[in-house]
Amino acid sequence: MSYYLAVIGTMDNPIYELEFGTFKQQNNGKSLLNQKQLELIPFIINSSLDLIEDLQWKFNKNYFKNYDNFNNNFYKLSCYLTFGNMKLILLHQLDDNLKNDDNIKQFLFEINELYVKTMLNPFYNVNEKIKSEAFDLKVKAVARKYL
Amino acid sequence: MSSKSYKSLSDDIWKNRVDKINSEVFTLTYGSIVAQLCRDFTYAEVNTQLEKMGYNIGLRLVEEFFAKTGLGRCTSFKDTSEVISKIGFKMFLNITPTVTNWSGDGKQFSLILDDNPLTDFVELPEDNNAANELWYSNVLCGVLRGCLEMVQLDCDVYFVSDVLRGDPITEMRLKLNKFLKDEVPAGEE
Repeated sequence: MSYYLAVIGTMDNPIYELEFGTFKQQNNGKSLLNQKQLELIPFIINSSLDLIEDLQWKFNKNYFKNYDNFNNNFYKLSCYLTFGNMKLILLHQLDDNLKNDDNIKQFLFEINELYVKTMLNPFYNVNEKIKSEAFDLKVKAVARKYL
Repeated sequence: MSSKSYKSLSDDIWKNRVDKINSEVFTLTYGSIVAQLCRDFTYAEVNTQLEKMGYNIGLRLVEEFFAKTGLGRCTSFKDTSEVISKIGFKMFLNITPTVTNWSGDGKQFSLILDDNPLTDFVELPEDNNAANELWYSNVLCGVLRGCLEMVQLDCDVYFVSDVLRGDPITEMRLKLNKFLKDEVPAGEE
C-alpha cells in the first residue's frame, strides 16, 4: 500500500512532496506506485484543489476526509487545511483491514505541527520550497509511526 | 562569594526580580533581526553588525546587572567567569553555560552553551556560506564585551563553534587583553 504526501502553498504551488509506502504488517515503507501513476498524481492533486476551495467555506472545519478519489475509488485524497491556507494533502488507499482512517488524520495533524515549526524558522519564507533535511527526516519518522 | 551562593542569589533574582517575556516572542524577534540583516549584508558584515548591537546593549545592561544583583568587584578573572555564567546568563537568559578550557595563564576560558534560547526553531540557510561564515548568536559576544569593558576589563569575545553549523557544541571564547585604568578626562589634569 502506498501514500503520497503533498504540501501545497497559498498560490497553489507545491512546496513539499513525498511518496512512501506503509510500514504496517511487516512492510518496509517502500512505495508501490509505478512511474505512470507518479506522473499522474501531481495532476490529480492539483485538480482536487478546486474541491477544497469549495469545501473550506461550506464547513466550519479544516480536516477533509476522502474529499476526492480517482481510479474508481481505489485511491482517496484527504486534506488538512492550515489556518494560513496551506494545504497538506495525502493520497492514500483505504484498507478495511488496516482501519487507517484515524491514523491518516493523526498523521496530517502532526505534519501540520512540523510545518508550523518550519514556519518559525526566521530564514524560511511563506510558499518557499521546504528543502530542510531535518523536516524530511521528521516527516518520514511520523509516517513510520502512523502509516 | 562561593559558587553555591552565586547560584542561590541568581535563582532568587530570576524568580523575584526580573521581568520575563514569552520566549517565542524573544526568539522570533531576534530571528527576524538576523534574517533581515542577512538579506541586507554579507554574512561577515552581519557578524560585525550583531557584535556592535550587542556591544551597545552590553554597555547599558551592566548597569541593570549591578542594580539587580548588588554585587561588588570580582576578586579574580576566575571569579568573573563564574559571575558571568552563574548570574549574568542566568538572570537574562535563564541558562547557565559551563565554564571550561582555561588557558595556562588564566586569561582565557570558554563558555559552553548547552541550550541557547536564541536559536530555537532556527536552521541556517542551505547555501554553504551561511554554515561557514555566519555566527548566528554573535550578539552575545558583543554584550559580553560591552559589559566587561564597563568594569575595566578589555576582552575579546568570539564564537569557536555553534551547533547550528553542525558542530557538536556551542562554544564561546573569552580572552582578557588587559585591565583598563580609570582614565582622567582630557583637560582635567
